[in-house]
Amino acid sequence: MSGVRVLVGTRKGAFILSSDGKRQKWDVSGPHFAGWEIYHMKGSPADPNRIYASQTSGWFGQVLQRSDDGGKTWSMPGGEELPKPGEFPAGLSNKFVYDTSAETGKPLTTHQWYDGTQHPWEFKRVWHLEPSLTDPDTVYAGIEDAALFRTTDGAKNWQELPGLRGHGTGPKWQPGAGGLCLHTILLSPSDPGRIYIAISAAGAFRTDDGGNTWKPINQGLRSSYIPDPTAEIGHCVHHVTLHPSRPNVLFMQKHWDVMRSDNAGDLWHEVSGNLPTDFGFVIDVHAHEPETVYVVPIKSDSEHYPPEGKLRVYRSRTGGNEWEPLTKGLPQSNCYVDVLRDAMAVDKLDSCGIYFGTTGGQVYASADAGDNWMPIVHDLPGVLSVEAQTLP
Amino acid sequence: MIRVVLPHHLRTLAKVTGDVQLEIEGEVTQRSVLDALEARYPMLMGTIRDHATGQRRPFLRFFACEQDWSHESPDAPLPESVASGKEPLFIIGAIAGG
Repeated sequence: MSGVRVLVGTRKGAFILSSDGKRQKWDVSGPHFAGWEIYHMKGSPADPNRIYASQTSGWFGQVLQRSDDGGKTWSMPGGEELPKPGEFPAGLSNKFVYDTSAETGKPLTTHQWYDGTQHPWEFKRVWHLEPSLTDPDTVYAGIEDAALFRTTDGAKNWQELPGLRGHGTGPKWQPGAGGLCLHTILLSPSDPGRIYIAISAAGAFRTDDGGNTWKPINQGLRSSYIPDPTAEIGHCVHHVTLHPSRPNVLFMQKHWDVMRSDNAGDLWHEVSGNLPTDFGFVIDVHAHEPETVYVVPIKSDSEHYPPEGKLRVYRSRTGGNEWEPLTKGLPQSNCYVDVLRDAMAVDKLDSCGIYFGTTGGQVYASADAGDNWMPIVHDLPGVLSVEAQTLP
Repeated sequence: MIRVVLPHHLRTLAKVTGDVQLEIEGEVTQRSVLDALEARYPMLMGTIRDHATGQRRPFLRFFACEQDWSHESPDAPLPESVASGKEPLFIIGAIAGG
């Protein structure tokens, strides 16, 4: 019988929630990497037992972990075995060094700091890991300060794709409240050369040649909190998603506004419609219905909790504009948690499952596309990310 | 034999308990100790010294013989009692939240 594995990254470790296809009873394993922030975990679409995890700490920096058995055991790629005397380890899985070479990189570039001055790029952590759709050893990493890295040897070694950071608009990128982070990576299933990424607060970008050259795709976005609301660069994009069957149709949750593009990001239009607030972080698409979209509206500025203390997922079955609240099983009073940008996922079972985690440590699941919800766990550390794996 | 006391999370990463003991050839300095530590436990590379700059990570401190060595030159000799293994070199995380 098929099943589901939900990968949960929290502020104090990783948890793996497993269930059969009914998704009513769950096994919980963890905490893995106890005490560390797990910004993101994601499994390889080509090999579900291959899972990558970003383990970070303000004290000890970045660590990359890999599992080859579905999360039962983990190791640091390249660093798991002692080198022979006089030899260096085979790989340095946590080495993310910007490409500053004159030949391939962009030496001495800077980005904008909070106060408008220019600031050098400083690696802080990996926000998002996106495994290749076809090769378990190839993974893209979105990092803070924003840049895109790639490994092709199972995370033993990472190299920057410097064309993004150096394509020309970098000096206008500025950190959002969470830092200057590259948090979204979308690989096109129909075009191996096409990748979408998003950065807070710079905007969305697209490559059509596998990451060598990039263009901003922010036309149509309007952000009243920047000096030029329709500027090419500077928008605080919170998350972007797509349905695999229509990789040119994108849905975006921006700092404010839910947006849609039908032409691979070349032009966006707003689809916030009747949402109680168009601020939020997560956005996702139903596994089998490309026009069914989910968001969790959040009150802002600064409050960052659900309006009226009611935790509601909103679903649109029309690709935006017309939204319905989904509340059955979710707290409808005195709820003041947040749902962060990478903390919603869907499974691919016949009745699509939806999952999201909160800063209060709950992970909610719906086995019927959002009609009914139940908490899988109540009391984890604050949830940073949620991914769902559909198992054969 | 040099003794190094790691903070809890780095002991977990390195899969060790208690002190780490290292053989150092030549002068015993912060750099030579950390080089030997990372060669013996490569999973610690980047967790104590930044990969790009080689500098001590800002929330870590080095103590020996009740003295703070964090701001000394990485090539300054450590005390004889550390070099002889009588006293350990402590790598300590800053107390800055939970």
